[in-house]
Amino acid sequence: MQIIRNRAITDDDYVHVPDGGELPEGGKPIVTLARYVSEREALLAHHAFVGVRITSDKLPSDIPDLERLALVVIEFPRFTDGRGYSVARQLRQRYKFGGEIRAVGWVLRDQLYYLERCGFNAFELKPGKPLESALEAFGEFTATYQAAVDDPRPIYRRR
Amino acid sequence: MYQYDDYDRRIITERAHQFRGQVTRRLSGEITEEEFKPVRLQNGLYMQLHAYMLRVAIPYGLLGATQVRKLAHIARTFDRGYGHLTTRQNIQYNWPRLTDVPSILDELASVEMHAVQTSGNCVRNITADHFAGIARDELEDPRPYCEILRQWSTFHPEFANLPRKFKIAVTGAPGDDRAAVRFHDIGLRIVENADKERGFEVLVGGGLGRTPIIGEVIREFLPKRYLLSYIESILRVYNLHGRRDNKFKARIKILVAALGVDEFKRRVEEDWTLSRTPELELPDAEVARVSAFFAPPPYELLPNGADQLTGFQLGRDRDFGNWARNNIVAHKVPGYSAVVISVKTPGVPPGDVTAAQLDSIADIAERYSFGHVVVTHTQNLVLPDVKTSALPRLHAELSALELGKANAGKLTDVITCPGLDYCDLANARSIPLSLEIAERFDRIDYLNDVGDVSIKISGCINACGHHHVGNIGILGIDKRGEEFYQLMLGGSPGNDASIGKILGRALAQDEIVDAVENVLGCYLSRRDSPDERFLETVRRIGFDPFREAAYGTASPAAVE
Repeated sequence: MQIIRNRAITDDDYVHVPDGGELPEGGKPIVTLARYVSEREALLAHHAFVGVRITSDKLPSDIPDLERLALVVIEFPRFTDGRGYSVARQLRQRYKFGGEIRAVGWVLRDQLYYLERCGFNAFELKPGKPLESALEAFGEFTATYQAAVDDPRPIYRRR
Repeated sequence: MYQYDDYDRRIITERAHQFRGQVTRRLSGEITEEEFKPVRLQNGLYMQLHAYMLRVAIPYGLLGATQVRKLAHIARTFDRGYGHLTTRQNIQYNWPRLTDVPSILDELASVEMHAVQTSGNCVRNITADHFAGIARDELEDPRPYCEILRQWSTFHPEFANLPRKFKIAVTGAPGDDRAAVRFHDIGLRIVENADKERGFEVLVGGGLGRTPIIGEVIREFLPKRYLLSYIESILRVYNLHGRRDNKFKARIKILVAALGVDEFKRRVEEDWTLSRTPELELPDAEVARVSAFFAPPPYELLPNGADQLTGFQLGRDRDFGNWARNNIVAHKVPGYSAVVISVKTPGVPPGDVTAAQLDSIADIAERYSFGHVVVTHTQNLVLPDVKTSALPRLHAELSALELGKANAGKLTDVITCPGLDYCDLANARSIPLSLEIAERFDRIDYLNDVGDVSIKISGCINACGHHHVGNIGILGIDKRGEEFYQLMLGGSPGNDASIGKILGRALAQDEIVDAVENVLGCYLSRRDSPDERFLETVRRIGFDPFREAAYGTASPAAVE
């Protein structure tokens, strides 16, 4: 499966593993938060890269040992559910999370620019949506007003 | 007024370009109507009952003459020759075609305007006191802070998909709140602390709609430099914890009420402590830079015009005299007056202005008021800086445009939503009712006798006509397929904020205006002096006499 990562289309090197599903030997699993919480030590012992998938009602403080994760996946059950934007920004700014933050679910081209500004760097678009043209979304604006993850300075410190 | 620099121009131009692409992708089917909806809403484009409606942002209501001419041009070229002033100081067009909207946005961008975030679940247009910068009772001009907030909120990446819409209003006049800050998601009042330092009193969780609530203070004094970081924390707590399962329970007021204001405040303060950054602090230099755009215009040194104004008011020309009494507001600079242009012309929906009127208003603003016009949340216009000596000529010119009505703040200065004539949410028509009121009470002696009273009409419980805060509020409801109207008394949007209460059973279309007249008759006979305003009488004597007047019985049970 292909995803957008760091503004480029790439093959996904992670595998989404459902609860109860078998973990990929030596691979990079993405597990639910519940599974991660219950199997944390074993997961981290056997896999160098572990991703955790959280639903949109979870907060960074719900994820134990955040600094040991390579990836946090945030679900968008609907494209209008904006909680993930605040979660990603908190992950980057308050928790200094340096791994990948990926948006999955109902993710559309017209959200990518805002998602990236809040700290997301990877995107699984809603199935059926073209990836190539979606990359144009990152270049639609050449100036911003706010402080965000991409630049901690609001415009009045850049003008 | 604020002038765009290269940054502002780029952002707004690029937005118009982006929307052109989004419309193309919608028309090609790449995105569904469901997916297009939030995109078009955040560009101000609604689907109404009969057609699209485009709402254009007028930040804090302030317009320059060039912009007014552009609004006229858009009305003439892309719409049916008129626009409609809204209760949030914006203008909306009721008949644009989807394919024309990108061109309209380009036209707007050419005069430093846009339709960004005038709808959708995001931070909406920042509104302010319509007498900002000129009011005698003002501590400080709120518009620089509104502009700073406009820039901060425009395409804020974290807060573009909130649980529901979010409205912020600012006032710099502590003694008289003309911006209804207690009925906004966030209300800001510029205040001075014991050390004579200026800052903001922050109110949160006010609003109208289905659940009217008066906002509560969560910070009595916020130093100015923390304005943006503190508001971000409020919005973050709301974004993360506001309800998303029911759109009627999704506004911040519901969250504040559910948590209690103390717990809500605790969460905001906690986030603020952990999240605020030094970069986000507002430097004095930025406040000074933006404030310079709102520096007073080059006023002439004039004698105090108070005697002259009194002479006008008592003069032989009664139309002009009444106008000089009702539509003129004292200005902080001697010899100048602020003029309210009543956009409440009998026979015309409240707040509707034609392209020809807009063009003429632009000319008049240039000749009389340094080229500035302000849209009020009461759906009128203000010329902020008119020489008192020029009022007779100005009134003659406005009268020739049918904009010279002497009814500002009076009974026929009705606020209405578009109602069932335009809106697919409405249960009842509100415009015909406002026209009937305007016609019934269009007698200047009666208006002057009744004095300052506000009638606000909404065509459904979403309350776009602000009926909860009308001294007289009217709410259209649907009763077995027929339009009925509830009558409410006692609302006020200002410093003495209160929410009106229902007087009795809903009234049919042919009963409601009679009931209003009877309520007013009760006021006239029961007020303790001609100086006691309608609202004061209601508060003093209670509902029973008014119920008796409207329904023929004072018993609440009998009029259920």
